[in-house]
Amino acid sequence: MNQYPLWKYLLILIALLLGLVYTLPNFYGEAPAVQVLPLRSSLKADTALMERVEQTLQTAQLTPDVVSLDATSVKARFADTDTQIKAKDVLQAQLGEDYMVALNLLSRSPQWLPDYFNALPMYLGLDLRGGVHFLMQVDMKGALDKALESSSGDIRSTLREANIPYSGVNRDSNVITTKFRDAEARSKGESELKQRFGGLEFNSSEAGGDYLLQARLKQQEQLRIQEAAIQQNLVTLRNRVNELGVAEPVIQQQGADRIVVQLPGVQDTARAKEILGRTATLEVRLVDDEHQIGSGAVAPFGTEIFKDSDGSLLLVKKSVILTGERIDDAQPGFDSRNNEPAVHINLDAVGARKFKEATRENVGKRMAIILFEKGRGEVVTAPVIREEIGGGRVQISGRMNTTEANDTALLLRAGALAAPMEIIEERTVGPSLGADNIKRGFDSTKIGFIAIAIFMIIYYLMFGTVSVLALGANLLLLVALLSMMQATLTLPGMAGIALTLGMAIDANVLINERIREELRNGVPPQAAIHAGYENAFATILDSNITTLIAGIALFMFGSGPIKGFAVVLCLGILTSMFSAVMVSRMLVNLIYGRKARLSKVAIG
Amino acid sequence: MEFFKIKKDIPFMSYGKVTTSISLVTFLLAVFFLATKGLNFGVDFTGGTVMEVHYAQPADINKVREQLAGVGLKDSLVQNFGSSHDVLIQVPLKQNTMGAKLSEHVVEALRQQDASVELRRVEFVGPQVGKDLVENGAMALLLVSLGIVGYLWIRFEWKFGLAAIIANLHDVVIILGFFAFFQWEFSLSVLAAVLAVLGYSVNESVVVFDRIRENFKKMRKTEVAEIIDNAITRTMSRTIITHASTQMMVTAMLFLGGETLHYFALALTIGILFSIYSSVLVASPLLMMFGVSREDFIKPEKTEAEEVLP
Repeated sequence: MNQYPLWKYLLILIALLLGLVYTLPNFYGEAPAVQVLPLRSSLKADTALMERVEQTLQTAQLTPDVVSLDATSVKARFADTDTQIKAKDVLQAQLGEDYMVALNLLSRSPQWLPDYFNALPMYLGLDLRGGVHFLMQVDMKGALDKALESSSGDIRSTLREANIPYSGVNRDSNVITTKFRDAEARSKGESELKQRFGGLEFNSSEAGGDYLLQARLKQQEQLRIQEAAIQQNLVTLRNRVNELGVAEPVIQQQGADRIVVQLPGVQDTARAKEILGRTATLEVRLVDDEHQIGSGAVAPFGTEIFKDSDGSLLLVKKSVILTGERIDDAQPGFDSRNNEPAVHINLDAVGARKFKEATRENVGKRMAIILFEKGRGEVVTAPVIREEIGGGRVQISGRMNTTEANDTALLLRAGALAAPMEIIEERTVGPSLGADNIKRGFDSTKIGFIAIAIFMIIYYLMFGTVSVLALGANLLLLVALLSMMQATLTLPGMAGIALTLGMAIDANVLINERIREELRNGVPPQAAIHAGYENAFATILDSNITTLIAGIALFMFGSGPIKGFAVVLCLGILTSMFSAVMVSRMLVNLIYGRKARLSKVAIG
Repeated sequence: MEFFKIKKDIPFMSYGKVTTSISLVTFLLAVFFLATKGLNFGVDFTGGTVMEVHYAQPADINKVREQLAGVGLKDSLVQNFGSSHDVLIQVPLKQNTMGAKLSEHVVEALRQQDASVELRRVEFVGPQVGKDLVENGAMALLLVSLGIVGYLWIRFEWKFGLAAIIANLHDVVIILGFFAFFQWEFSLSVLAAVLAVLGYSVNESVVVFDRIRENFKKMRKTEVAEIIDNAITRTMSRTIITHASTQMMVTAMLFLGGETLHYFALALTIGILFSIYSSVLVASPLLMMFGVSREDFIKPEKTEAEEVLP
């Protein structure tokens, strides 16, 4: 009666073995490491880079424990932080600006664990490993205002170009009102504007003898502008975080208008804020193709040397045609003539006029679009001017694929109209506090576990021992699941582990009490064990599901550390169902199930 | 070993009136304190800046206050945190004119007085965030309550769902009442603990309800009150032992988990204690009041009605 079929034993055994494998990396701890990441798309993390890193370290007489290569970076692990910091300096000096050299922590576990099982230690949250968490609010109203403001300028110049008489253009919060003297001018104006401004919706009215045309941003246009603002801010932030040299940063959109930035291990919050809050500027200048640049040569008078994204040098004139403020929007798309990927740029009225002049005078020459950040410029793109370009609509095409077109458009926007951002939440945890938190969480779990174990064994004897073993299996599986999913473990998450263990014992108490009750009613031991497990199961299921409901709600509405707690709570319920029912039953079956005539069980 | 060898069922239901009135009084007291004193919301909800700094030698709180007053932060709260070396500084949102930059400013000021000061933790929460958290917390509470009522309704009957959720919301209000009375800081992790208690203490009611349902099927001739008494008495041993085990874990957190987990564990402790009481002495009398009966589970056999066919 109390026997599992063989497959069930095997299944449980395999689950426990896998649990052990995935829990293992957590025992080895982490060692200081240096991570080298190429910053340009033309550079790859490959064996050549790995050899270069190894050689650089060798010449500096620094011996890494392990040098490994993954999809995006080369990592070198060291015995202590001193060597790590020395190695970072040496590598940064040797590799230059094209690579990011970041400090990191790497698992000390043997190589076969990540290689064959992809087994990694649990991913620790910022409150456990130390670091900075920022929540930034993107000013959406600012982005919309800016779009409307430039539209109103464009409406003026469009009407002027089309020779349509109007008496004024005003922007009042989210409406642009254009005044006409008669209905005829208005209808002409309306058809002209409708054709030019797909993102605006127009309706006409009369007031005080004036014929008015009111324009608003269409709903979908508003959404597009907001989405674009978020995307461009994400890109800008990513570029800037690279500069901080942080391993494994998290930069994510949260909700409609917020961005989360998490920088593990960063202590200098002042610098982090300065870099994140900086604004980039964009300039359009002419390329000087008349002079040649030799290596190490000084730039001729009135010119400067800039690098482009491939690292090659370009001589550019100092006088500025346009700044990024004149760019309203930049979108990736396709050239209508040959279907090549292209970037479409919209300039505002002033920008369009300046651009028209500059292109008229410089047909056949190249112009460079330069992004300035931290006082250093980089050429985003340098296309040839084919003809005079009027109307403020510019297309850049040729020699790019769709990803590059996308990136260029984003960069142009990022430099141009990044909606203002503000830090609305900051959480910084120092590394010593992080280590303390780990110790506290670990200690309370350990002491709590031992107390429960002693009590259960005294109170339920053999069945108590089985319950404690099942609880141990629960802990093993929970840690394994958390490691496997690489879910973020926070301090509330550790509290969640302790709490689920405390709650999981409930299932075993229910079972053991049921067995005792059956025995008291005179049921023979084997039947009592069987009935105990069967009858308790429905109750265990019910009570776990209600806790699961609470866990899911916490996950949906919780933020940051609370989410970590919710994840652990939900996973813990699943593992405790498995271990309290299946694992403990397996143990009981192995101990008592074989005996045909069982006269007594040790349940206290 | 066995703690509970109860031969006869304890007539819990006959105490129903007394226990529900005790509950009502505690509940009203909790509501009273919540209304008059209010919760001492932490920086998570109110917004503001919290900084934890560590000194190499025992910190001089008064000097820290002076330094802060020197940079125009007179009304900030300064207190020891955990040990004499650690100091917690709280600056309300109103005083903070620098937003996220405040923390650097403060550290700079403190460093002038003692260079050994180490910034251990900064939490800055803007006003927008706090409002969202309150709304999300309320939504989570509502969703958990509805989810539990819904589940118990499907699994048992609406009377059970309603009785359980009233008993458990009563626990939640009492926890909040404690936090209001002692003016303990109500932070995000306390909110998490409260919601966890809601899910956890329903377990308690579920176990008793399960027994009640079983008894209705087994003990066909018995009165409803006796059935409930029997169910409670039979599950009492399990109730006490389970909660004792969970409480062992929570106690370990209470004393070893540090300041961050302290109030989390405290909320759980109150929740666990009251959930024992409420599931036995509130949920079950409520169930009686709602008029639970055998027919809720055992549908009387349908007598075939005569059919008239055209």
